[in-house]
Amino acid sequence: MVSFGFELLDSKRIDYNKSDGRLLNEILEKEPSFKRCISCGGCTATCTAGSLTNFNIRKINLMLRHGQTEGLEKEISKCMLCGKCFLVCPRDINLRNVIMLIKKGVLKYNTEKKKI
Amino acid sequence: MDIPFFAWPFLLGITFIIVFFIIISIIWITGLSGIDRVRIRKNFFTVKTFQAIWEVFRESLIHRKMYKRNPVLGYMHMSFAFGWFLLIVVGHIEAAVHYHTLNFPFWKSIFFRYAETNPPVTFIAKAFSAASDFLLIYIFSGVFLALYKRFNSKPFGMKKTTHLKTGDKIALIGLWLIFPTRYVCESITAGIYHNGSFFTQPTGNFLASFLPLQSIELASWWVYSLSLAVFFFALPVSRYMHIPVEILLIFVRKYGVRLKKHVNGYTRIQTFACSRCGVCLDSCQMIKANINNSQSVYFLKQIRGRKLNDEQLFNCLLCGRCQKDCPVGLDLNDLRITQRIESTKTYNSKYDYLKGGISPQADVVYFTGCMTHLTPSIKKAMLNVLDYANINYWFMDKDEASCCGRPLMQAGQYEAAKKLIRNNTEKILSSGAKILLVSCPICYQIFNEDYKLPGVKVMHHSEYLLELVNQGLIPTIKLPVNAVYHDPCTLGRGSHIYEPPRELLKNYLSLIPMKQEKEDALCCGGSLGNIKIEMDERKQIRDDVLDTFKSYNPDQIITACPLCKKTFAMGTDIEIHDLAEVVWKGISRKEHLDKKIRLPI
Ligand code: SF4
Ligand code: SF4
Ligand code: SF4
Ligand code: SF4
Repeated sequence: MVSFGFELLDSKRIDYNKSDGRLLNEILEKEPSFKRCISCGGCTATCTAGSLTNFNIRKINLMLRHGQTEGLEKEISKCMLCGKCFLVCPRDINLRNVIMLIKKGVLKYNTEKKKI
Repeated sequence: MDIPFFAWPFLLGITFIIVFFIIISIIWITGLSGIDRVRIRKNFFTVKTFQAIWEVFRESLIHRKMYKRNPVLGYMHMSFAFGWFLLIVVGHIEAAVHYHTLNFPFWKSIFFRYAETNPPVTFIAKAFSAASDFLLIYIFSGVFLALYKRFNSKPFGMKKTTHLKTGDKIALIGLWLIFPTRYVCESITAGIYHNGSFFTQPTGNFLASFLPLQSIELASWWVYSLSLAVFFFALPVSRYMHIPVEILLIFVRKYGVRLKKHVNGYTRIQTFACSRCGVCLDSCQMIKANINNSQSVYFLKQIRGRKLNDEQLFNCLLCGRCQKDCPVGLDLNDLRITQRIESTKTYNSKYDYLKGGISPQADVVYFTGCMTHLTPSIKKAMLNVLDYANINYWFMDKDEASCCGRPLMQAGQYEAAKKLIRNNTEKILSSGAKILLVSCPICYQIFNEDYKLPGVKVMHHSEYLLELVNQGLIPTIKLPVNAVYHDPCTLGRGSHIYEPPRELLKNYLSLIPMKQEKEDALCCGGSLGNIKIEMDERKQIRDDVLDTFKSYNPDQIITACPLCKKTFAMGTDIEIHDLAEVVWKGISRKEHLDKKIRLPI
């Protein structure tokens, strides 16, 4: 490959070969309000866990949409379920349910082992 | 023994149900924790047993609580329970008097008219006979109400009546048949032998005028005995199992057994003691948002049928309204939380990132809570008041705010909540403070219930501000405002704080009393207890509550919870304030007046 002197970081790349949409589909089915997310970041701005760590709930939402489930279990475990995010969400998304579904789903689909 | 054949179905049925109940009680009681079993053993030979018997009489027979809540429904349940009980007791006494001994065959007291066909002659015998006729009529009044309720539940003040399963239907048919068949067979026997009283005798005479009573008498007693048997055999798989289980519940509760954070024998007892009366359906505001499959009665039914799913388990505001109204006195909130703990056990967080450290020394720790961070005006008012009164406080969650853990607890994430509890406890205790001041009732409840903070008094700001007023540390001024006070679920039914907010507010404005206050307060709809409910549905509940408030024409709506405030504020033009804001506004107004500076109101 020709080197242009810069390259794309792995972490910035969406690898659709590894994409796993099972969890996203389940969440969209059980919590349809999640469809409305516009990635505004309001949830992250107010997040309690976000004030203590680099936890980013909006990023998790994005990862989910891209089917990137690797590392999701560890990330989502930082949330304290305090509920601030759903109160500020301009799209009235029931985020606490999304979070609970992720917590349960990563175990169900065993996403960390990536047995797709 | 000369037991007639027709009595056997009944005798087998009653033996079956007694043995069944003893076995299941033993299983449940051995399923209790060691401490609870010790409690039962210790309290068994004390006055508590008598108190429990008295309570069984009041609640299982008379249905006092249900009667208070809904007189027609209460009467219906009472006529069945108390009427039948008396019928059995009167039957036994009658037999005992007749045979001059207590040692007579059991079946004879149940089928007394069949066994003793001689007409009553003495006054006492006549009185007994009349009493049992009277009791039959009394029970009939209940049967008619029950039939009526099946087809039209409105007069019972109930929007919904509960649905029946197959076992229920069989038992119900048995139960409804018992008394009419008893009436018919006693009347038939009376028609032949003239041993009836004012109700059965005329019926018997009437039947004798056109029926060959001799040839159908035995058959009628067979039907009576069979309907009793059907009822007893169907009991374990029907709703009526609650009758014996409620008695067991009353006893173990009296002995001090309480729910734990995991499912055990007591959870089972509570689950099976639900009478499916449906009172909880009427208490539940989620009906306003057309959520009508996850209320307590359905939730308990699902546990019994092992069909509980997350959608229903987590669709509940944990507002506690049904718990307050439940005539059986079930701990509905904790029952649900325990199930949630079981259901989410496998994925609890560890929160390794939480840091300990030494806290600044202070007299008071102020913990505002996540929700108050979302309503900065409450936080600001509180900080202003604290500064005004010169309190030496430490604002614990000013920047690096952790959560109290109650929302996790409500979601069943008990192990995760414990991590937050440990971290916060460390911080609070190392500050050396004697008072933990909180602005959010949700935090208040968990600090009181699940934290161990020796030497620290947990105070909601309504209590604390009242204390400041009483000590003269902050001034009061009564403004010409008429307001309603909304009791937040977690502060009111959750923590039983009803008076301090009212006493405090009376110093600053006039309160309009409402029907929906204190124990009967409504839920704002914003509760974090519900994980499943959609925002639209929350709004429907909220709007209904706001309509109720509006009917009292308040200038302002005052509450004591940041979440209630936030929920209401998005739905109305009426001013919504937390009481901390009321107090701070009062203080500033008073200051201005004292300095003789006139400001426009
Ligand atoms: S606040 Fe709501 S809409 Fe905005 S990113 Fe978060 S979930 Fe999406
Ligand atoms: S519930 Fe979780 S994601 Fe939402 S604000 Fe609280 S800590 Fe952040
Ligand atoms: S939970 Fe209580 S109020 Fe509801 S149906 Fe059962 S006994 Fe009645
Ligand atoms: S706690 Fe409240 S929301 Fe839940 S079932 Fe009872 S009344 Fe309904």
